[in-house]
Amino acid sequence: MEKRVVFNNRWLPYLLVAPQLLVTFVFFFWPAGQAIYQSAFIPDPFGLKTQFVGLGNFEYLFGNRYYLESFSTTAIFSVLVTVSSMSFALWLAVLADRVIKGSSAYRTLLIWPYAVAPAIAGVLWLFMFNPFTGIIAWMLFQVGYVWNHNLDGGQAMALVVAASAWKQISYNFLFFLAGLQAIPKSVIEAAAIDGASFWRRFWTIIFPLLSPTTFFLLVVNVIYAFFDTFGVIHTITQGGPQQSTTILVYKVFADGFVGQDLGSSAAQSVVLLVLVGILTVVQFRFIERRVHY
Amino acid sequence: MAEIRLEAIKKNYGRTEVIHGIDAEISDGEFIVIVGPSGCGKSTLLRMVAGLETITSGDIRIGDRIVNDLEPRERDIAMVFQNYALYPHMSVFDNMAYGLKIAKVPKAEIDSRVQEAARMLELEPYLDRKPRQLSGGQRQRVAMGRAIVRKPAVFLFDEPLSNLDAKLRVQMRLEIKALQRKLGVTAMYVTHDQVEAMTLADRMIVMNAGVAEQVGAPLDVYANPASLFVAGFIGSPPMNVLSHEIRPGREELDPGAVIGIRPEHIDLVAPGAGLIDFDVAFCEPLGAETLVHGVTAAGDKLVVRIDGADTLPADGVPMGLAIDQAHILAFDASGRRSEV
Repeated sequence: MEKRVVFNNRWLPYLLVAPQLLVTFVFFFWPAGQAIYQSAFIPDPFGLKTQFVGLGNFEYLFGNRYYLESFSTTAIFSVLVTVSSMSFALWLAVLADRVIKGSSAYRTLLIWPYAVAPAIAGVLWLFMFNPFTGIIAWMLFQVGYVWNHNLDGGQAMALVVAASAWKQISYNFLFFLAGLQAIPKSVIEAAAIDGASFWRRFWTIIFPLLSPTTFFLLVVNVIYAFFDTFGVIHTITQGGPQQSTTILVYKVFADGFVGQDLGSSAAQSVVLLVLVGILTVVQFRFIERRVHY
Repeated sequence: MAEIRLEAIKKNYGRTEVIHGIDAEISDGEFIVIVGPSGCGKSTLLRMVAGLETITSGDIRIGDRIVNDLEPRERDIAMVFQNYALYPHMSVFDNMAYGLKIAKVPKAEIDSRVQEAARMLELEPYLDRKPRQLSGGQRQRVAMGRAIVRKPAVFLFDEPLSNLDAKLRVQMRLEIKALQRKLGVTAMYVTHDQVEAMTLADRMIVMNAGVAEQVGAPLDVYANPASLFVAGFIGSPPMNVLSHEIRPGREELDPGAVIGIRPEHIDLVAPGAGLIDFDVAFCEPLGAETLVHGVTAAGDKLVVRIDGADTLPADGVPMGLAIDQAHILAFDASGRRSEV
């Protein structure tokens, strides 16, 4: 049965949705519109006047080696962050689901990292891995491994992935745990009686029944990796060394606010906007079909 | 095919003992029903046999093995759950085939076994459907099918009919009974419904507060309840309980002792013509029979079952009660049956 609220005053419903619309307009449609508008111009070096170039900014971007490299960097980064944070969170949730004593304390502790701001998370990891003073860098040196993410692009990538994934694990953990607890216990017992071992039950019963949660988290985590990891990258590597951790959203910042190329930066924003739109549609159209609700 | 022996089974949750030592022997092919009010430990007992709960002390034997420490899958059992516990993301076929696939049964045999079970349960048209596309009764059948394809030594049923509506419950009850007879598999069936227990059981275990009050064939238990609890639990309406002796030439009952008489062993007669009199409070005509409720002079409430065709006595009129003394049972102050 559909429940309908009937308003007697014809302006009241508009008034009630106005704050939400206002926020969406001011913080989404307006900047997005600005980005689309500015992507068609290039400003002079002093920002005094702008010149209309049509699709020139886009042409330049897709001919630019650094920009194209940033695409693959972003792809590697997002896949690593999403896969590692989700699989680690799932593993923790499966373990926590079996804990009976002290489970609430355990859960509360696991949720804490989510309360840490991305920039702070970045600094925390930076402290541990600082090539000169970091404790883990020192430990690695003791076993004969030289850690310097300021020089080694692979190490830099590993570090930003670890910091970004670490922060997202608690969020994923919460959803996975709730999802696990929503699976009727008797279904799992039935599978146990049918002869399935723990891993068999996990892969044939629990994991498929968890797929709505997994799908939701996949969307959230990809978007997280694309946008919210800016703080982590900015504090740890600033996109370096040699652009090896410059993901698309960091390049928007670096080109626009550091390089002062507002036109190119705006064009990059538009590309990002389209990319995320496509990704979300793909996820819903193709992956959701395999999800068992 | 197997017999089951329960020997002094106890179960503790922390320091609380919930099952206080149950002994029972279930012979091969027997249908045994564990019946009792909610919270009496009947489901726990069944889950211990299934291996889903650990036992604190005692032994469970299935066939000639002690299964105390075996995993559920090693016990050669199948279980039907109250909420069916079907795998929601698998088709009916896959639900039934799941256990066989795990047991690495050859594909052709899986196919033939599932088809055979589906035919037996009239599920053939639904094999491709998901559980959510089935009605309650069909889901129940799939759960049964999943149990029978594995050809286990023992069937365990945990209140399998309590989520069905009354009419379907009666129908499924008959089907379960027929199926068990046909397959000849030992069955343990838990229910709180004494009608299910009476109709299904070869023998039943009446449980109360973690104790087996009585084990016996349904009609024996009905006619000869071992305790006041059993007398009240088995039979609807329950046995009448009177706090005063009504049989002529006997001494008054000991304090706390009572006598019991089934509603069908009393006839309504003219006032003064029976053993005692009572005042009719109201009648419940049920069609085939009528239940006449009233209160005796001593203040005991009493129900009389009369033929549905008889004229109903008016509310408030006094009536005499003719009671067949052979059917009067006595219980001592502790609620146990006493032989007088």
